Amino acid sequence: MIEFRHISKSFAGTAAVQDINLSVGEGELFGLIGPDGAGKSTLFRMLVTLLLPDEGEIAFNGRNVVDDYTYVRSHVGYMPGTFALYQDLSVEENLHFFATLFGTSIQDNYHLIEGIYKQLEPFKKRRAGALSGGMKQKLALSCALIHKPLVLVLDEPTTGVDAVSRKEFWEMLQKLREDGLTILVSTAYMDEATLCDRVALIQKGRILRVDTPQGIVARFGKPLYRLSGAGVQRFLPLLRALPQVHSAQPFGDSVHITLGDEEQMDEVVQQLRKAGYKDGLQPVTPGIEDCFIDLMLEANA
Amino acid sequence: MQELWVIITKEFKHIFRDVRTLLILFGLPTVQVFLFGYALTNEVRDATIAVWDQSHDVTSAKLVNKLLASDYFKLAGLPQNYDEIKDGFRNGDYMLALVIPANFAEDFNKGQAKVQLLLDASDPNMANILASYTGGIVNNFVVQELGYRPPYQIVSELRMTYNPELKGVFLFVPGVITVILMIISTLLTSIALTREKELGSMEILLVSPLKPAIIIIGKVIPYMLLSFMNALLILTLGLLVFKMPMLGSFLLLLGELLLFILAVLSIGIFISTRTSSQQVAMMVSLFALMMPTILLSGFIFPIDSMPLPLQIISNIIPAKFFIIIIKGIMLQGVGLEALWQPTLVIVGFIVVFTLASVRSFKIRLS
Repeated sequence: MIEFRHISKSFAGTAAVQDINLSVGEGELFGLIGPDGAGKSTLFRMLVTLLLPDEGEIAFNGRNVVDDYTYVRSHVGYMPGTFALYQDLSVEENLHFFATLFGTSIQDNYHLIEGIYKQLEPFKKRRAGALSGGMKQKLALSCALIHKPLVLVLDEPTTGVDAVSRKEFWEMLQKLREDGLTILVSTAYMDEATLCDRVALIQKGRILRVDTPQGIVARFGKPLYRLSGAGVQRFLPLLRALPQVHSAQPFGDSVHITLGDEEQMDEVVQQLRKAGYKDGLQPVTPGIEDCFIDLMLEANA
Repeated sequence: MQELWVIITKEFKHIFRDVRTLLILFGLPTVQVFLFGYALTNEVRDATIAVWDQSHDVTSAKLVNKLLASDYFKLAGLPQNYDEIKDGFRNGDYMLALVIPANFAEDFNKGQAKVQLLLDASDPNMANILASYTGGIVNNFVVQELGYRPPYQIVSELRMTYNPELKGVFLFVPGVITVILMIISTLLTSIALTREKELGSMEILLVSPLKPAIIIIGKVIPYMLLSFMNALLILTLGLLVFKMPMLGSFLLLLGELLLFILAVLSIGIFISTRTSSQQVAMMVSLFALMMPTILLSGFIFPIDSMPLPLQIISNIIPAKFFIIIIKGIMLQGVGLEALWQPTLVIVGFIVVFTLASVRSFKIRLS
């Protein structure tokens, strides 16, 4: 459905994305996972014809997005990173406006947005600016869906949204995927990666890895341990100085470390005891975030 | 067509739901008309005058009475010597002093009377106006008293055509309409597009099948209607409150108004397509347009008395041409046959800026 081939783009001499190759199949829920400034928005903006790539080409349903930009614009549903609906128009007015822009009406395509819009309907006279963060995102999603797009492109839709609304939002995306829509979504939340069919991990404008979330975790080759307890992060400098420790990263209240191999665990525990650490090292199964950090360190090395 | 309609209605909603925009649109023009109409006028009324009458006879008293009977002067002192007059000027007690020498009545009957007029020329324009007013009244007095015009005297008889009473407001109302339309229309339209850019909604508008021309036209029409209503409001105030004459065709005036509005709107849209933030757009339309419009359009300072380079620059100020047109229609009562040239220039502005806007409208983010 979508094909990025050797895409590079720089702004004023600074490379935003470099040599990106990606392909997204029809009906896939594809996640672009990476921190702020990784180049996610730039990639999406090139896909939706807002920016021109410096190099490479992008195919949208078999058509070149530069030459055939009008086709893309009629067939993509795009939700920008910032809330871009009209704050001084009501929920209903916003939806009506965007439906009309695409030559359709709320009535004609109501079935597409019914599941999402139903929750908004009690507030349909309320101005969009007065909605909560989660509600705004639902409205923006409804507006992006109202013209029955082939592909939905969502740029960080859950940023700044509370945990419950985030969960709801992803459930909606899952449902849309079941209906056969192709969805590209970017996020800086690593935990959301597992909700996608496939993800691309992106950092500093380069793709680190593209795989299913399970595949990415399965390829994490090193033993991973957790140190827990109050204030364990004070051991970080010590851990990073140890030759046996491959990496040591803060992880919430705890610390995750990877070792060259499992046998080195005892040595590390000894060193930690000397420094006053009481507990042991618990082996943990790696998550997407562990994988991302690992790949990132590898790429930077 | 439906797309166009939905953009127009949306734009109206933006305007009517924002108190600030409404205030700028309708409050500002009204205040300006009254300000310019009443406060900023160079007409003379109740100018302070001192009289030193050394003659104290019937004739001199008549002359003083005649001066004071006009609306122009208000007696503010009766000095008895030149030092007192000097002090009065220094204290700002009066702006002019009339000195009537002794034996005024006798000399007058011999036909040799003289009066002296001293003026505070720290405001030279005002001094000039006062001198000519006084001169006029004195001449009038002479004719009246003698019953005939004095012989051997070249009298240039002045007739102020089109504005016999030299009312400043006749000059200001056309100027105010022009300047206000220029500022309001360019200001509001220039921020209309940049607001969408800043808000991010431009991204969605661009990623839609909408054509740039539809976006631009949809944005122009609401402001065109509002600007037109605005112009009518100012015009009504001018006609009713300031008793402007309306000698020419009202329909022609409305047509010319629409043309001028289109011209300034196209400039506003052009600014909008070239800037990316509301603030920059506002700065450009306020400073780059307002100052030249007020200074170089002939609204306040006559273009003919400007140095040549400024006269040349004034030709790129659309307001200059519209002031010519509106004065022509309202005060001179002329029709299109006399005004086709400035009309053509305004049409030229519309064409140039509309084309430039469409060309510089970016179909992508820069």
